[in-house]
Amino acid sequence: MKPAPFTYHRAGSLAEAAEMAATLDNARLLSGGQSLMAMMNLRYVAVDHLIDLNPVAEIAGIAIDGGRVTLGAMTRQRAVLESDALAACCPILREALGFVGHVQTRNRGTVGGSLAHLDPAAELPGMAALLDAEITLTSRGGARTVAMADYPQGYMTPDIVDGEILTSVAFDLWPEGHGWDFREFAQRHGDFAMAGVGSLIALDADGRIGRAAVILIGVGDGPLRLRDVEDILTDEAPSGALFAAAAAMAAARPMSADALVTEAYRQHLSRVLVRRSLTRACARATEAAHA
Amino acid sequence: MPDALPRRRITLTVNGKEHSAETEDRYSLADFLRHGLGLTGTHLGCEHGVCGACTVLVNGEAVRGCLMLAVQAEGCRVTTIEGLADDDGALSPLQQAFMDNHGLQCGFCTPGILTTLTAYLRDHPNADEPEIREALSGNICRCTGYDTIVRAALAAARTIREGAKA
Ligand SMILES: Cc1cc2nc3c(=O)[nH]c(=O)nc-3n(C[C@@H](O)[C@H](O)[C@H](O)COP(=O)(O)OP(=O)(O)OC[C@H]3O[C@@H](n4cnc5c(N)ncnc54)[C@H](O)[C@@H]3O)c2cc1C
Ligand code: FES
Ligand code: FES
Repeated sequence: MKPAPFTYHRAGSLAEAAEMAATLDNARLLSGGQSLMAMMNLRYVAVDHLIDLNPVAEIAGIAIDGGRVTLGAMTRQRAVLESDALAACCPILREALGFVGHVQTRNRGTVGGSLAHLDPAAELPGMAALLDAEITLTSRGGARTVAMADYPQGYMTPDIVDGEILTSVAFDLWPEGHGWDFREFAQRHGDFAMAGVGSLIALDADGRIGRAAVILIGVGDGPLRLRDVEDILTDEAPSGALFAAAAAMAAARPMSADALVTEAYRQHLSRVLVRRSLTRACARATEAAHA
Repeated sequence: MPDALPRRRITLTVNGKEHSAETEDRYSLADFLRHGLGLTGTHLGCEHGVCGACTVLVNGEAVRGCLMLAVQAEGCRVTTIEGLADDDGALSPLQQAFMDNHGLQCGFCTPGILTTLTAYLRDHPNADEPEIREALSGNICRCTGYDTIVRAALAAARTIREGAKA
């Protein structure tokens, strides 16, 4: 099916895009198009104006500076996956990006588009939640920053108001030698996860878990940060029993059900994935400590 | 809704040849290639990014032709299935390997698979079987069960490597 008719606008700069976003009625921003064009082709979405951000080079790129990483909204998913500099200081990103769709969709799909679309099973919002990222939104009136913790307002509903453009996402790096793991379960490689988990672990000088961050994706309205699980891990020595207890706690919360997957199955997947993920993340942190 | 559907003229290079043509703003690149330029080798299956049949190369990289607008290809270099063989008709190593290894049955998925693998093997000539299977994860074939496709891709990778050495 063809999308319903619309007028296409090429934004030459961020200022021009912001002006268009502020003035055109029933308009949408177009980034990679890997979600939006599909929805328009299916006529879930009909717009009068499409504002193409692809020429806006000033909001693309990866910057690593003073322990902080900033990803421009128009950075392609493939660029994040292939960045050796990012993989060196934040290796979980490469592991997670390998699960975002397929090579053809990553060639076009962007960081900002994924964060704005906010699919509950999407890996990039999960990473933003895991890394305590801050999201910058720019409009004709100026810019504001939102903490990822406050950004999802409900199912596929980000804290973005009309006329705002997501321009970047930024986060602080974890200490060198931290352990990481991302894994998920999907019907086919590259499809949306029925459940996915990301974990980061930093060990203290005594080999105990000094800091932990764990997220689930694909099980609720948005990325789910597991603060209670992080609390029971912190200050403990890594062990199989600890990981099993953490996994049971993660799986005890209510989860979504759909035509393919029941709530009980999602909880089961979450328990298995969290246990395996923590085991691997801790093993990697231990390995780094002994290296 | 406007009386006349929004349209514009775009200029792009397809399979090495420059084209300038009118398109509706809402036309996908795949529709434009098929209906605007008559290059019907690019197939449309699902039109929402899942099946991969519409895959073409834009500036050398594999993209979904159904999820990119034709107007976005202004100034771009596009390669379709029609552009993979030499001008004299000699098949590319990948096309030849698909013939030799029965890498297709009905052929509906084949243009998207060949364009995807053309870019992938160019960048990863040493790809092993799991890597090739992952590279193919974005292309659905209803007929072949993939084994012959993977065999063909591995054979093509060998030919490309040997060609590079020679
Ligand atoms: C077959 C297939 C499999 C996929 N599998 C996965 C997967 O496993 N995991 C995953 O995470 N994703 C997956 N995706 C979706 C992913 O490819 C998309 O890239 C992503 O969801 C949206 O990013 P985009 O840049 O393509 O945005 P677009 O599709 O262009 O836009 C998405 C939405 O965000 C809005 N928007 C875009 N940019 C901005 C901005 N800068 N500011 C404000 N609003 C903006 C748009 O108006 C639109 O509403 C898949 C897609 C396909 C086709
Ligand atoms: S037609 Fe484009 S992916 Fe199916
Ligand atoms: S050969 Fe028939 S769909 Fe692949």
